[in-house]
Amino acid sequence: MTDAQQPGDGTPSGKGTPSGAGQSGDAPEVARARAAAVTDYTDGEWHRLHRATPLFRGGLTLIIIIGVLIANFRERLIGSFVPGGDEFTPDDPLIDLIVRENLIPQAAAALIGVLALLVAGFWLSWRFHSFRITDEVVEVRSGILFRTNRKGRLDRIQGINIARPFIPRIFGAAKLEISVAGNDANVPLQYLRGTDADALRRDILRLASGARRAANPAPVSMATDASLAPDTDVAVDDGTVASAGASASASAGPSLGADGRPVDRDTPLTLASTVLESRVNEFLAPELDPDLAEPESVVRMDPGRLIGSTVLGGPAITFVLISIGLIVGIAITDELALIVGFVPTLLGIGGFMINRIVRSLRYSIAATPDGVRVGFGLLSTSNETLPPGRIHSVKVSQPLMWRPFGWWQISVNRASRSSAQGAGGQSQTTILPVGNADDVRTVLRLLLPAGVTDESMPLIDLGLTGSGDEGGFVPSPRRARPVRWFSVTRNAAALSPDLVLLRAGAIWRSLTLVPYPRIQSVAITQGPLARALRLGNLEVHTVMGPIAANLGALDRDHIVALFGGVSERAISGADRDTSHRWGAGA
Amino acid sequence: MTDPNSAPEAPVNLSATAPAESASAEVAPTAVAPSEAASVALPITPETPAEARLELDIAAGEWQRVSPKYVVVDIVGWVIFGGLVTAASAIPFWFGWEFGWILPAVLGPVFLLVIAFTPRRVKAIGYALRDDDLVFRRGILFQRFVAVPYGRMQLVDISRGPVARALGLAELKFVTAAATSGVLIPGLPLERAEELRDHLVAVAETRRAGL
Repeated sequence: MTDAQQPGDGTPSGKGTPSGAGQSGDAPEVARARAAAVTDYTDGEWHRLHRATPLFRGGLTLIIIIGVLIANFRERLIGSFVPGGDEFTPDDPLIDLIVRENLIPQAAAALIGVLALLVAGFWLSWRFHSFRITDEVVEVRSGILFRTNRKGRLDRIQGINIARPFIPRIFGAAKLEISVAGNDANVPLQYLRGTDADALRRDILRLASGARRAANPAPVSMATDASLAPDTDVAVDDGTVASAGASASASAGPSLGADGRPVDRDTPLTLASTVLESRVNEFLAPELDPDLAEPESVVRMDPGRLIGSTVLGGPAITFVLISIGLIVGIAITDELALIVGFVPTLLGIGGFMINRIVRSLRYSIAATPDGVRVGFGLLSTSNETLPPGRIHSVKVSQPLMWRPFGWWQISVNRASRSSAQGAGGQSQTTILPVGNADDVRTVLRLLLPAGVTDESMPLIDLGLTGSGDEGGFVPSPRRARPVRWFSVTRNAAALSPDLVLLRAGAIWRSLTLVPYPRIQSVAITQGPLARALRLGNLEVHTVMGPIAANLGALDRDHIVALFGGVSERAISGADRDTSHRWGAGA
Repeated sequence: MTDPNSAPEAPVNLSATAPAESASAEVAPTAVAPSEAASVALPITPETPAEARLELDIAAGEWQRVSPKYVVVDIVGWVIFGGLVTAASAIPFWFGWEFGWILPAVLGPVFLLVIAFTPRRVKAIGYALRDDDLVFRRGILFQRFVAVPYGRMQLVDISRGPVARALGLAELKFVTAAATSGVLIPGLPLERAEELRDHLVAVAETRRAGL
């Protein structure tokens, strides 16, 4: 356990050497780009993970088992040494046998042997688990007997998530998950030192962005991003000294690390109190590394609003309805056993609500040069960077009960889905759990910087709350009333120069935005009922996700025009799109 | 402003892949003119005011049809499926449920009707290779038109069932990153399907885009 806290323990983190530039014989600009890297994980060589990885990944179970064994033995030991203690000793046939047959040495040897085997297994699995990051791919290989090897292309990265589950977080470790397009197509690096994870994410994103920054090989920490605050500013906040100091020293050599503060990777830590202090600092450090992101989240999560929105949200209402049904059912039938049937449902919904509140309390969202960074979590935290152009569609929606308060939520479709992440997919697809109209505008600007501008904002506002044919929205014709009873004036589509906007719902209002370059295909359909009313449906296909960008009951001629317009723009939008290498032009 | 009626005039010739680049280069700047307006107005021009069916302004000659032999494949499929379902629906009757005959009596004629319309349905299946995208249509009662840009293609699948193989037919599936695109062109003669696949792969390569 202690080696988790030992600095410089074989994991080649910040040794102060300007990384890999001298070691590889690549083109000079590649070498320079690597020199700009903050960690030397990106030098294309194989590296190993945090030493305590096996412990976090299952070794804890082992410790618990050992603890239980010891607890049992304690009873027995007390029993053998304290007179009269015997009566409390539980009967255990195996141990009785061992004691009776005087097999204690053999048993001890067997126990130690098993332990040694397990430790060796863990150690081997750690030895065999390595990763490397080249200019093109990130690659992980693991396994002792069954080797697995996973490669992800950097220009296909859909997002990088840093998760800090509670226990690894106590030890300052973090899990870096690189998602590439596909179902559960993630390349996880678990676990890394927390500060390394932040720096490594920055490096991977820089490599992925295609930015070489060849012209600026000088001060390394500045090369991270020209617009950043200098290092001295970063160190102002006490809580961030550990990470800021560490990245500064790692990037610019030992000389910079001597800023008077103990830096947990360069200076060997001998005092337990110092270790503890840096751990606490790291634990309290803000989710968003102030070195790269604006330290302030652009949206403040108001606890009252969060709790209110959860209480008034869909699941909560289901909860209330089920409870009422339950009470009525019991009152009518006098059958208390009915409760048993409902308990799992109620527990599930209650758990979901509490989880939502706890996860979203420390919600943060901020723009970084490499995309939007969204953070969630209180005890176990995760924060994910979504590079530009990885958001395939955005839906702003308003459950009925949120309407008096003007609250909205924003969810997105993304090409990557992680099976291991999030409570009910919360962090993966819900980008803004709840926010007012201003928050919605701010977040939309971050998510779709090309499409949501001052110019198109009036159109988006119309999409959120407007109705009728104002501003370019073309609503369903009046004859669509039989199929769109209340929303006939709200059910409308509009095309902005960069987005398809689909507005729907008079009671459950929603607005779906799809940027043209992300459209996979367009379809129009018409069934017999729609034909009788001279209507048609539009489907804009994006990658799979919680959002289906469909709009029904539009005028037939409008639908045909939309089909032509959207399909043309999907092509030209893709031609102009360069977001897979978003930094290449910079 | 763009005109949705300005669909490419020239039918895309399968053997000529060369015009692909020039066509896309010529389409790109004109397709979306950078405009000050926040929204783009679409000119809505009904060809015939009474027309309620969906119809695109692609000339009838440009739609490529699937092989008429596909009617046989479709009928065999429906006969087997309809026969099984009707037989299954008759089970309650055999077990002595008095009104059990209603189910097969309804289902049987419905399937017969579906089978009777097969030639019309197969005739309604069509695809057109435009400069930058593939347009696929199907359905009479439930119409569906899909446009898939070539650059969005992730893979092309050719598969052949036993009946189709006996008739020398194959079906071609155009897969994008969206699960809902659903472009499956049935009833293509095998050599035509292979030719089309190679063409699509070649064209997609020149317009490769991210996701």
